[in-house]
Amino acid sequence: MQALPTQYGGTIKYICLGYYDKGKFDGMTEDQRNAMFDLCFEYDDHLRANGHWAGGEALQPSETALTLHWKNGKVATTDGPYAETKEQLGGILVLEARDMNHAVQLIAQHPALTYGNSFEIRPAGDMSEIIKQSEQRRRKVTAR
Amino acid sequence: MPQNVPEELSRIIETLYRSESGRILATLARLLGDLEIAEEAMHEAFAAALSVWPTSGVPDNPRPWLISTARFKAIDTLRRRARFDASQDELVRYLEARGSSVEGSEEEDTIEDDRLRLIFTCCHPSLPLEARVALTLREVCRLATEEIAKAFLTTPSTLAQRIVRAKAKIRDSSIRYEVPSPQQLPERLDAVLQVIYLVFNEGYSAAAGAKVTRAELTGEAIRLGRLVSELLPEPEVLGLLSLMLLQESRRVARTSQTGELILLENQVRSLWNQEQIAEGVALLEKALKSHRFGSYTLQAAIAAVHAEAESVAMTDWRQIVALYDRLLQIQPSPVVRLNRAVAIAMRDGPEAGLAHIDAVLAHGELANYYLAHSARAEMYRRLGRTTEARSSYGKALELTQQEPERRFLQERIRQLK
Repeated sequence: MQALPTQYGGTIKYICLGYYDKGKFDGMTEDQRNAMFDLCFEYDDHLRANGHWAGGEALQPSETALTLHWKNGKVATTDGPYAETKEQLGGILVLEARDMNHAVQLIAQHPALTYGNSFEIRPAGDMSEIIKQSEQRRRKVTAR
Repeated sequence: MPQNVPEELSRIIETLYRSESGRILATLARLLGDLEIAEEAMHEAFAAALSVWPTSGVPDNPRPWLISTARFKAIDTLRRRARFDASQDELVRYLEARGSSVEGSEEEDTIEDDRLRLIFTCCHPSLPLEARVALTLREVCRLATEEIAKAFLTTPSTLAQRIVRAKAKIRDSSIRYEVPSPQQLPERLDAVLQVIYLVFNEGYSAAAGAKVTRAELTGEAIRLGRLVSELLPEPEVLGLLSLMLLQESRRVARTSQTGELILLENQVRSLWNQEQIAEGVALLEKALKSHRFGSYTLQAAIAAVHAEAESVAMTDWRQIVALYDRLLQIQPSPVVRLNRAVAIAMRDGPEAGLAHIDAVLAHGELANYYLAHSARAEMYRRLGRTTEARSSYGKALELTQQEPERRFLQERIRQLK
């Protein structure tokens, strides 16, 4: 039941969804924004250096998005979604940590928090068993 | 990230992590005065080992290397935080000032004391019991949040917050990483033993089900009890370890292959683990010799009488009743009173037992305790008073949600003629 050092696969992936207040961000001066970016990217580097960073991307505002769904037997597309709440999803970060508390501890130090941003941390779902079963079903179909 | 760590070196580091991370974390918690910083610094030190050791080679004594590397990493972390949190400044200066006196203190005694300090901190009486349990399992036993959550049938996010709050409480109320003074020791030790026994019972009461993870808790509790008994061989610590070993010795015998509970009287005693019994009895004798023992030792003594008896009929019930009498003096709880009543029934017959059980129930505290009603039903069954037996079993059934216990009671009702 012992956890392994993060470099040995004894880790779980946690998806950290970073939310920001667009109104507040738009109200910042360039200097303020740069100061925030510098702190955040420095911390991201720190996570990378210690093997905790498993990926991440910033997101363009939600008005740049396009949503696909199924309607009347066809694919339909719409613009948006336009966020109704003040908080918008601004980026995702994939973290490798020993456990939930380790992930909390790493994100608790993220400088973005001190600027009024928030993070939602979710463990990645383990689909390996479901995928394995699915592969077996599909193999049976082709064998027939 | 180093890409090409030779396989042999990865194995060395992995083994080091397994065997040493508990000790290193405990020492860092003392040196840094903060569990979270300690844990992060320790992981960073192991990461540093991975990138440095392939070229520098493994140090002769890796533990001091890891501890001192972790200390520097912690200072870096605090410096970084100090840039947007001025309150960290002071801490950085404090840690730097303590300087390298740290490396001189790598005596084995200090290290072992550090583990004890960490245990006492995680089990501090000012933390709620469930927080103490979660913290001890994570920080001392090094289980993952998710594993603990699973074992205690709760969600990882609930458990994670419990741990976060407990750590914040330790920080905010300045609970120190120290072994309590002799004056405080009895109370503080009691808080530690309470945590260990709760972990054990969580696992033990679940052992009848298919929930293997929960059953592993008994193993974890015994490991923890062993650790504390090595570090601080107080009579009650030995008594608790003895009690857990004696109960655990019956594990295989107390459930059928289909997961049904088997009562002590029906257990195949040759299945009892003799090695655990021998160890438990030896610990018990040591605890009894001290003449400073308490309730865990007395409970272990009762378990030992059972362990050494060939059958229920051959059991020294006189001795068991006498031990319950002593236990009642220091722990006058209704549950102890109930167990004593059952022992009296074994000594003097069901009529006497029933009178004692009814006296306990008359106090009211156990009115909703299913075992009180199932014990009462048992007395009626032995007396051949089937109607009353059925009604008491029915009452017990209403009061328990645990599946194996429900099946057991239903089976008892079915067997009544």
